[in-house]
Amino acid sequence: MLRTRVIPIVLLSGYSVLKTIKFDERRNLGNPITIARIYNTRNVDELVLLDIDASKQKRAIDFFTIQDIASECFMPLTVGGGIRKIEDIRNLLKRGADKISINTYALENPDFISESAAIFGSQCIVVSIDLKKGPDGYFIYSSIDNETTKLNPIEWCKKCEELGAGELLVNFVDLDGTMAGVAHDYINQIANAINIPLIASGGVAVPEDAVKIAKAGASGVGISSIFHFTNYTPLDCKIAMNAAGILVKI
Amino acid sequence: MITIIDIGIGNIGSVTRALKFLKCKYIVTDKKEDIENSTKLLFPGVGSFAEASRKLEASGLKEIIEHQVLVKQIPILGICLGMQLFAKIGFEGGIFPGFGFIDAEVKLIEAKKQNLRLPHMGWNNLSSSNLKLLDGTTANACFYFVHSYEMKLNENISHLTTEYGTDIVAMIEKDNIYATQFHPEKSQEQGLKIMKNFIELQSIC
Repeated sequence: MLRTRVIPIVLLSGYSVLKTIKFDERRNLGNPITIARIYNTRNVDELVLLDIDASKQKRAIDFFTIQDIASECFMPLTVGGGIRKIEDIRNLLKRGADKISINTYALENPDFISESAAIFGSQCIVVSIDLKKGPDGYFIYSSIDNETTKLNPIEWCKKCEELGAGELLVNFVDLDGTMAGVAHDYINQIANAINIPLIASGGVAVPEDAVKIAKAGASGVGISSIFHFTNYTPLDCKIAMNAAGILVKI
Repeated sequence: MITIIDIGIGNIGSVTRALKFLKCKYIVTDKKEDIENSTKLLFPGVGSFAEASRKLEASGLKEIIEHQVLVKQIPILGICLGMQLFAKIGFEGGIFPGFGFIDAEVKLIEAKKQNLRLPHMGWNNLSSSNLKLLDGTTANACFYFVHSYEMKLNENISHLTTEYGTDIVAMIEKDNIYATQFHPEKSQEQGLKIMKNFIELQSIC
């Protein structure tokens, strides 16, 4: 039976790892290669690396950082940040990425999802979606403002699937870095609306929150803060999940 | 020495990194003469059956690979799409011929009926560890799968399955032909053991 994944999400800005709070306040955490090496020895299920400044700075995530990480990580790597060209995807795959996460540019040009999926296969294309809670419920949070960001998030999730995304990575911005508990009800709504795997992240404070995300129907639990700032490890999350009857790879 | 067939569809990088880590000599090639001189072949693959099938025919490599595998009987390892291409026919993106090393067809996993997500993506275990390439792996070890199509066997050969709604063919051994639906090069320590076992197989020629 398929295991529910525990996936550390490593945020980069250029060459350094950082952690944000609600996507804003930042803490610098050092060198990405060292951090990836630690996760490699901890035998995590997968690693997500996102350069959160790449889109804003109109550049793509640094290819050589990815190459260094991939040379010693024999696990799936999802890489994202500033990707707007087929050539960017090709370059990252060559350097060891397995899946490519597209966020800003998918909103600007949704056809890029189908274009890239047609070339590299759906299994390679992850659409990452940032959600924020407003007075009328969740909305798509982005530095750009267009028709797509006005879409109901659930509709956008479905659209991404239709366009050929192989997986969704949904981040809850208000919960980011807060370790304040997870949006399991909304995760459940998304999970029920789509037929592709869903990774949900934001707000995991204790291993039991990973259980809640998994029970809400996510195929993978994205975690960042507690692995950086507390003593909890991916294994602790898996032990909690296993105890709650969720199948994990231990 | 392992000859990695590169028809421009694979995640060649991941495979070569794993071989490098295991200190195994390899070449990556799409040249006929390299494949004619090969003593052990590795056929990795990510992408669509249709595109791969077309490229194999158009490049003229198909016949040469067939000769190496069926006449010279050198060991070959197919990974993911590489394994699927060993079948007679694939139904992804139309109806396309594979090598036909295995009497099998490649079809979409019947997920809808069972409310399963596609691709089948993530870590899954195998029905047993009773195949040569699994020597030294842990019982009930998990391997990393990413696929939406599966191989349906029409002949009785040694194989293992993984469960995703139904039993899906996950690994095959038939004479000199070895294949995994999952990605050993992305399956951490346990996957690297499979790669190592393949590297250490004695070539009969």
